[in-house]
Amino acid sequence: MAATKKKTTAKWPAQIFKTLKDADIGQISYVPDAGHADLIKACLADNRIKTTRLTTEEEGIALALGAWLGGERSALLMQSSGVGNCINMLSIIQETRSPLLMLVTMRGEWGEFNPWQIPMGQGTAKALEDAGVIVYHVEVADELPETVYAASQIAFNSYRPVAVLIGQRVIGFKDWRK
Amino acid sequence: MAAKKKITLNRRNVVSRIVRDRGHVLIVTGLGSTTWDAAAAGDHPNNFYLWGGMGGAAVTGLGLARAQPGRRVIVLTGDGEMLMGIGSLATIGVAAPPNLAICVIDNQRYGETGMQETHTGHGVDLAAMAAGAGFAHTETVWTKKDVESAIPHLYETEGPVFVDIKVNTDYVPMVLPMRDGTAIRSRFREAVLGDRAFD
Repeated sequence: MAATKKKTTAKWPAQIFKTLKDADIGQISYVPDAGHADLIKACLADNRIKTTRLTTEEEGIALALGAWLGGERSALLMQSSGVGNCINMLSIIQETRSPLLMLVTMRGEWGEFNPWQIPMGQGTAKALEDAGVIVYHVEVADELPETVYAASQIAFNSYRPVAVLIGQRVIGFKDWRK
Repeated sequence: MAAKKKITLNRRNVVSRIVRDRGHVLIVTGLGSTTWDAAAAGDHPNNFYLWGGMGGAAVTGLGLARAQPGRRVIVLTGDGEMLMGIGSLATIGVAAPPNLAICVIDNQRYGETGMQETHTGHGVDLAAMAAGAGFAHTETVWTKKDVESAIPHLYETEGPVFVDIKVNTDYVPMVLPMRDGTAIRSRFREAVLGDRAFD
């Protein structure tokens, strides 16, 4: 199948990792997702990046604020279903006009098999935008590194929350017939 | 359920006593009563007051502690605020920041919404939960004498440290610190980072 999981061969996780290093990211926090597996692995293997495993995504919002208050840039990795957990906590970023960089792997869109993923997946971009987050939705792998870098610049130079949504089309969906 | 013990400590006296020794320590306060307590004890540029984001105080402290490993960070928050972010005990236990202490000012009530009872008055033991999450030092404090012995743990013991201080529900006047989030963050960052705060 052409449209099955690509994660074993994809280059974009390593490219994003390099982009995060170029953007001087010192802390990464995450709730795991299959789409982020390789990027998380790369961060864990780098002893100059402090990694924090979260129990729920909104912790990562508060963590990002704390890190920046202490002079360190961070990024938050999650799956789209976790965005709903973040809404109220995003208010602390808005009210303090602080930077936030979120990298969100999408479910509930391109080729989704699990109907339970659809409600949050289809609402992810709208929910973030309603909470005041600048959103970039990437559907083509080649555009990811540049988009993540641009997102990091707008986040940390203009003190704003920014999310890059990594489309399910990029990640590849699970073919349940196999 | 645990037997009810008499609670005699006054929250303002406890917080004033704790911050008296603050030195260069950075303090994050959770929304509601602990933010007012910190203001009543004396405003300071090294205070970061949260007025929102319920459940986020402890992890804000974690991000700060990891970014500033050479500085002690103390989070002062309430029992209701801590309960809303209870998973963050696991997150902090695993991250194991040696320079972070969480101090819950526990009146067993949601103070800002009409003093409804929280779980901590019904048998939930936050210090035990922190111990279960792997905190290096945990305790529950009921007396003035125990406040004195807990203070060195908040300031010096290798963390993460968790201290739950049971306080009574006596009336205390509202004392409000600055509330503009951008002003609070800019003042705090300048205090911590100097000129780099405005890069």
